[in-house]
Amino acid sequence: MLTHRVIPCLDVKDGRVVKGIRFQGLTDAGDPTDAAARYEAEGADELVLLDVSATPEGRGHAVDTVRAVRAVLSIPLTVGGGLRTIDHASALLDAGADKVSVNTAAVRDPSFIDRVAGRFGSQCAVVAVDAARRIGGPGWEVVVHSGKERTGIDAIAWARECAARGSGELLLTSWDKDGTKSGYDLELLTAVSEAVNIPVIASGGAAHPDHLVEAIHAGASAVLAASIFHYAEYTVGAVKDVLAARGIEVRRG
Amino acid sequence: MSDVVIVRTGVANLASVLAGLRRLGVTPDVTTDPAAVRAAQAVILPGVGAFGAGMAALHEHDLAAPLKERAAAGRPLLSVCLGLQLLASSSDEAPGVPGLGVFDAHVARFPDTVKVPQLGWNKVAPDAGCRLLEPGYAYFANSYRLPEAPAGWSAARAEHGGPFIAALEKGALLACQFHPELSGPWGLALLDRWLTAAREA
Repeated sequence: MLTHRVIPCLDVKDGRVVKGIRFQGLTDAGDPTDAAARYEAEGADELVLLDVSATPEGRGHAVDTVRAVRAVLSIPLTVGGGLRTIDHASALLDAGADKVSVNTAAVRDPSFIDRVAGRFGSQCAVVAVDAARRIGGPGWEVVVHSGKERTGIDAIAWARECAARGSGELLLTSWDKDGTKSGYDLELLTAVSEAVNIPVIASGGAAHPDHLVEAIHAGASAVLAASIFHYAEYTVGAVKDVLAARGIEVRRG
Repeated sequence: MSDVVIVRTGVANLASVLAGLRRLGVTPDVTTDPAAVRAAQAVILPGVGAFGAGMAALHEHDLAAPLKERAAAGRPLLSVCLGLQLLASSSDEAPGVPGLGVFDAHVARFPDTVKVPQLGWNKVAPDAGCRLLEPGYAYFANSYRLPEAPAGWSAARAEHGGPFIAALEKGALLACQFHPELSGPWGLALLDRWLTAAREA
């Protein structure tokens, strides 16, 4: 049986990890390579590296960061953040990413998904779907620019379109829940998971291992979390212990 | 010149397999040269995009014959992901396109009862004949798979909408549907065992 994946997310800005990581004994908490190696050793199933650099100069570090991380990492690596062109995707993959995650550029021009999937394969083409509940109405709409812009596009219909265009996986973030530490938006997760036949990674809102359990029960194939791991509240291994104790099959080392 | 050669078959992402080999102290040559594929002690055929494009790339560089010869002679060959599928005779992914035909088998798409592509870690169970493959969890990224093992090969199986072939081995021939280079210490140990077998062959 395919196990459910636990995926830590590293936010990287100008080549440095942001949202301080508090691992014991880490010589340099801001070094993405140290953080990546530590997560793999703890039992992470994959790693997502999100480039949150605000400038082109900052984003220029991403390829170097990916190359350095790949040298120490023997689990899959997904890279996203500000991805606009096939050339940029190609550079990240050549440097050692296994999948690329596209977001705003795909919403602006959905054919970008076809091009990424056509060139590199569906298994390589992740679409990050950022969704927020509609104000004063039912359902969810797609948001872009870090949640600052509401597009009016129905999130469920958009998820279906991403899959139809060749995306092999959706990284679904609830902008209502992100940062709230109150758990994932389970209704959104179930609605999207039932709408598409590709894996859905849950993101946004996790603060406790039980939140990850809930997300998997709601239909998520994988759970992504950042702060729950960064602040060493739980190790990846401790979270997997909880999942296993709740009857969820996870990979054990 | 390295005794290990990786076949470059197009837009394949080779960075992860190169990084994995480097961690084992191996710096392979990357080539499209049929003579290099014939001469090398050990050859790796990595996973690349789609079945039809993969076969087209092999034919473009006259690589089909040297790969078939290696497999027929039992000379060390590691095929990864699509690489395994290319050894078969045909695939749902490219109807009418012949594979290398190293074994007589058809590659089929996973049923719609499960999420496709299969992305993630699956439990691999080798049969009693396997010498290189060991039980453990391996990382898969595939929409198509071999439903049954061809005659004459030992197999490891996993479950995704029913049993499927996770890997095949015969002497120094190893074909993995999963990515050993992305399967953590378990995958690197398998790569290491294959390299050792390849150098002793």
